[in-house]
Amino acid sequence: MKARVQVMLKTGVLDPQGEAIRHALGALGFDGVEGVRQGKVIELDLAGEDAAAAEAQVTEMCEKLLANTVIESYKIDLS
Amino acid sequence: MKAAVIVFPGSNCDRDMAVALRAAGADVEMVWHKDAGLPRGVDLVAVPGGFSFGDYLRCGAIAAQSPVCRAVIDHVHKGGYALGVCNGFQVLTETGLLPGALMRNAGIRFVCRTVPLTVATAESDFTRGYAKGAELQIPVAHHDGNYFVDAPTLERLRAEDRIAFTYGDNPNGSTGDIAGVLSENRRVLGMMPHPERAVDAGHGGTDGRGLFDGLVGALVAA
Repeated sequence: MKARVQVMLKTGVLDPQGEAIRHALGALGFDGVEGVRQGKVIELDLAGEDAAAAEAQVTEMCEKLLANTVIESYKIDLS
Repeated sequence: MKAAVIVFPGSNCDRDMAVALRAAGADVEMVWHKDAGLPRGVDLVAVPGGFSFGDYLRCGAIAAQSPVCRAVIDHVHKGGYALGVCNGFQVLTETGLLPGALMRNAGIRFVCRTVPLTVATAESDFTRGYAKGAELQIPVAHHDGNYFVDAPTLERLRAEDRIAFTYGDNPNGSTGDIAGVLSENRRVLGMMPHPERAVDAGHGGTDGRGLFDGLVGALVAA
């Protein structure tokens, strides 16, 4: 089973890298980009096949290590 | 007075920290990150600057999970002192020993220069060597020094007089111009600027000495 974890800065937390990307897109002539937020994707290969157990385990991983929940939110997709 | 300086793969201010502590009179031992415990009788743990574990995942995130950090957390929970500078500050926030988080600098760029700091409180063993409101010149060198706390936490830090240092000219976008912050029991200090780089006139200034002299003096007397 694979888990895909998306980690993003929380809404309202300034994302200076996203802002820099937005400026660069404007400089390239892409008009109308009103906001850019960037984050990271972490893919995990998991041994088990139990989706509920995997979700619980990956949630714990996010809380303990993969995301800093002071500033980041996370989203888990299992497949 | 006994101090331990933690060394992670990628630490690069560990020896500067040891020199600064020894100059103030501390007996210093270096502790490798894989060590599960701290030396007996340690009063202060210093977590130095650098790029522990290559800043992978987030600055300080991997170091915060190392065996020695569990010992540091125990040490602090038992009332021990801890000082985190730069990457050490990031590590201490990642362990939860200090509130908030350090994010990418608001201006994106790595900032490496001497900046003016104001001593925001003298009411701690880390800042007792200074007068409240004193202005210091201390170097910063970081890419992720943008201290973030939410509004209620900022209010609480202010109400509890836990902001140790503020920037005169905010170099990184930190909330409330915060450069250094104290734990609730005032025995843990995290700061982005490097006081250990300002203890020798030959290196451009000695404004960092007050921190080490004040702290070591307090712990010797205790």
